[in-house]
Amino acid sequence: MVLRLAGVGYAYAGTAKPVLNDIDLEVEPGRVVAVVGPNEAGKSTLCLVAAGLAPASIGGRLTGSVLLGGAETATLKPFEAAQRCGILFQNPATQLSGTTATVWEEIAFGPRNLGLPLDDVVGRVESAMAALGIAALADRDPTRLSGGQAQLVALAAVVALGPSVLVLDEPTSQLDPAGTRFVGDALARLATEAGTAILLVEHKTALVARIANEAVLLVGGRIERRGPARDLLADPTIEKHGVEPPPSVRIERAAAAAGQSDRLRGIDLAALESAPLEATALAGELS
Amino acid sequence: MAFGVRGWTGPIVILAIVLVTAAVARVGRQLVPFALAVIPLVASILLINTFLFPGATDVIVRIGPLTPTWTGLEAALQATLRVAAFALSVAVFALTTPTDQLLADLERRGLGRRGVFVIGAAIGMIPRIAERASEITDSQRARGLDTQGSRWRRVRGVVPLAGPMIVSSLSEVEERTMALEARAFSAPRPRTVLRVLPDSAAQRAVRWIAGIGAIALVAASIAGLVPLP
Repeated sequence: MVLRLAGVGYAYAGTAKPVLNDIDLEVEPGRVVAVVGPNEAGKSTLCLVAAGLAPASIGGRLTGSVLLGGAETATLKPFEAAQRCGILFQNPATQLSGTTATVWEEIAFGPRNLGLPLDDVVGRVESAMAALGIAALADRDPTRLSGGQAQLVALAAVVALGPSVLVLDEPTSQLDPAGTRFVGDALARLATEAGTAILLVEHKTALVARIANEAVLLVGGRIERRGPARDLLADPTIEKHGVEPPPSVRIERAAAAAGQSDRLRGIDLAALESAPLEATALAGELS
Repeated sequence: MAFGVRGWTGPIVILAIVLVTAAVARVGRQLVPFALAVIPLVASILLINTFLFPGATDVIVRIGPLTPTWTGLEAALQATLRVAAFALSVAVFALTTPTDQLLADLERRGLGRRGVFVIGAAIGMIPRIAERASEITDSQRARGLDTQGSRWRRVRGVVPLAGPMIVSSLSEVEERTMALEARAFSAPRPRTVLRVLPDSAAQRAVRWIAGIGAIALVAASIAGLVPLP
């Protein structure tokens, strides 16, 4: 087990009411666990707690146990936690150091902080860029990238630290469909090829349906439901919590309502999660 | 040296070195905006010294109550040269030294990661702040704020611009801090040096000679040992 939260509760500094309550969650190597839920459910807080940044960096009160690679985050210093778990936030602009002239140097920022030998730094940077398919950006100015490119660079910068766990807080919220697809593909590769355990907070359920193995519904700081991602997203009750079903589920429902479920035979519904135009056209035909 | 050596010699020598360096580095034309930027300061120096120099009696000409003096004019021109020498030497340094190379070299010479980060982030923040100010201006204008009217209206418009600017910058600080932590910024070992910039023996010798020479000249000038014009 790479990431394990057991009975976790968390309250921000200066507040009495916990934002998270009794969270039990496990992410194994090579698996993607998605967290969906309404606004103010505690999703971003869960990310900070899972990555060991809360309470280490921002204070607050943590109860229960958060294990990263077998070590309690409470006992890890931030730079030690960073090597076990990388975290990516919504806004790529705030995650770049702002002190480097090229993408290559930006990705090297973390490994350099560890004081690794130069050969090791070079190896990690090249490997992270290859894993995310951004080798062509190496010489670009990191402040002059598109949103999708900047998010991939930010992800590569975290991956270069060699964490076995990635915690991603709505990594595609500022990206267009193409950027979302790029980041989704990269995450899927990291899970399947590098065996990275990924905890993904995401509103875009199409992306969740495409890459997540398991999903949990977080409401009011508690896990309301959990299960295989596609099953959870197909559950009609999640909509009352503001979670939109993904295109494949909407199409299945439209087909069933129109009595045309037979028409879906032979159609790869999973592929429609990354093809919104085709999904919309098919849903239109069925309705 | 421009300020430390008395008389004309210090600022003239520095100005000459700066202009020759700018010509060799082919940044002469880019110096023009910097030169223009010091005009208000230079103008005030000229006016105040020429007309109000304390104790000067060698009047050039009487213009009603105003009495410009030769002593004041000389002091004003010397001060102008000093300011120009200082401003243009900083400009030539900025124009010929890429920030990343400066930071890399400072780091190699022992400046801590926090110092390097603060300098680099401060320099990198200037265009970001300008970009954000432009975005906020556009959004406020879209909501009816007059950002192009009279001077008074524009002054009043600063408040609704500054508010979101400060709040959004502060709200980013926490996320930036956590992003740095997530990249092992607080690791205890010295950072890996990515590149060592070429630094020949001749360059090192010139730096030492220039540094020691400047200090010696300033000290000699202050002590009155070297009667420079």
